[in-house]
Amino acid sequence: MKEIRIHARAGQGAITTAGILGSAYFIKGMYAYAFPYFGAARMGAPMNAFVRVDDKPVRMRSQIYEPDFVIIVDATLMRGANCLLGLSDKGIAVINHKEGIQAPKPKLKQKIYLVPANKIAQETIGRPLGNTALLGAYAAATGELDLNTMQEAIRERFTGKIQEGNLEAVKQGFEFIINNK
Amino acid sequence: MRAFLEGSKAIANTVSLCRPGVISAYPITPQTHIVEELAQLVADGKLDSQFVNVESEHSAASVVLGASASGVRVFTATSSQGLFLMAEVLFNIAGMRLPIVLTCANRAISAPINIWNDQQDSVSLRDCGFVQLYAENVQEAVDFHLLAYRLAEHKDIMLPVMVCIDGYILTHGIETLDMPEKEKIDKFLPAYQAPYKLDVDNPLTLGFLADPDYYTETRFAMQETHNEALKMLPELFADFSSVFGRNYQCVEKYRLEDAQKAIVAMGSVCGTIKDVVDELRKKGKKVGLLKISALRPFPMQDIYNALKGIPRVAVMDRALSLGSLAPLYSEIKSIFFAKKKAPKIISSFIAGLGGRDITAESIKEIFRQLNQREVVGKFIDLKAELLQDKL
Repeated sequence: MKEIRIHARAGQGAITTAGILGSAYFIKGMYAYAFPYFGAARMGAPMNAFVRVDDKPVRMRSQIYEPDFVIIVDATLMRGANCLLGLSDKGIAVINHKEGIQAPKPKLKQKIYLVPANKIAQETIGRPLGNTALLGAYAAATGELDLNTMQEAIRERFTGKIQEGNLEAVKQGFEFIINNK
Repeated sequence: MRAFLEGSKAIANTVSLCRPGVISAYPITPQTHIVEELAQLVADGKLDSQFVNVESEHSAASVVLGASASGVRVFTATSSQGLFLMAEVLFNIAGMRLPIVLTCANRAISAPINIWNDQQDSVSLRDCGFVQLYAENVQEAVDFHLLAYRLAEHKDIMLPVMVCIDGYILTHGIETLDMPEKEKIDKFLPAYQAPYKLDVDNPLTLGFLADPDYYTETRFAMQETHNEALKMLPELFADFSSVFGRNYQCVEKYRLEDAQKAIVAMGSVCGTIKDVVDELRKKGKKVGLLKISALRPFPMQDIYNALKGIPRVAVMDRALSLGSLAPLYSEIKSIFFAKKKAPKIISSFIAGLGGRDITAESIKEIFRQLNQREVVGKFIDLKAELLQDKL
């Protein structure tokens, strides 16, 4: 079983991100369970979304405390909280880079990637919503999913122009990691 | 068809294939996605149904009551305070023997206000006459709606059914399931033929005054019908299995065969317990789970048979009966009163109130505490530091 924890603020699309990620694993033939946990239950408040993945049906319903992978949609969350808390010693974190906010130091064999996801999103989608660029980066950084599968999941979620932009964002996020690995 | 869907979406689309003629609901978290999706299906012309917007849950329940009394299949859904606002009507629906299906997206009750999951809302209404089914996962949540309509509308039953699904965990959880196909649903669930209905050509009345000469017998009849439903459910489950290939029971025995310790629970937490049971079994611990899928009618005989040979039993409640024993616990405990064959210990644990996360560790703690003497109403994961008396 693999466990992924997403950090974001309510309204930043973390549930959609978790859903697309789970859907990519589903396309790959695996079982996934994607679910949110709201803190204050209002826009802007820190919240988590989670994805649990396995080759058999996922039954565990608790939140994720010791993730294999972490995706941080909003780097400002790292100011007030340790978003890498509980991350596996071999864990991988993919962070939406923000000027002036330093990434935490990786422990042991952990890997941390800073991705200019909002910049990619601005150029591809026209809005600074880095979620799908982060998903591309996630695929490349973890090796869990190939680019095609992730793009297939995007096609199932979006249509038209939005789909096109997001497909490009995923690709650029993916390539950013490949080129900087 | 295999799909990866949000629980609410999966439920709404399945309910849609059941062809309800009237849907009425008032939005409340975490139920809202279900009726939002149904409203969308109606607006898009994909579902030929009358979606009645109302100003409160009391009205939503009243609308489906009236519609059902006129002989059409109906649907509504709610949570928490919304269910309580419906309560007065729900007793009427059951008393009028109207086969309504209601989804309760389980949520804690106020005050203090809390939008997260526990089961206090539906458990508090266990006496309202509805059949109550509790789902472990999205697949069950979907399938139970099909079973709900079949059971409710059976001419020998004619009772409403509440399908209880844990809020957020199942309503907002996206997971892999086999979505029931229209052809199979049509095979399993024929069109609703009301045995009696409000009809100007054949006038009758429902829920009319029953004075002391008659009232008792109406209640007796409902009690008898719940017993009848208990007998009918295994047949329905078998029929369901023959069409969809999935097997259900009023109680599910998970690795109980040689178990020395077992937890009794309802709803999505059963998945977590199963994982913990497997983990402990690998270490040689003889543990298991009894999952209660039907709280009403309460499958007492099944529970007795499942637990009578297990020395140590923990009942996990995600609701309270303030001032007394926890609701599920007191009912399980009463089954074994003065029975020769019975667990040595039946302990009561309270967990997961108002969305407090139930982790694998919480479950292990319950199994550990089963080594001790019987405990009653023990709260798991209680934060002692929040109980300090300081203002």
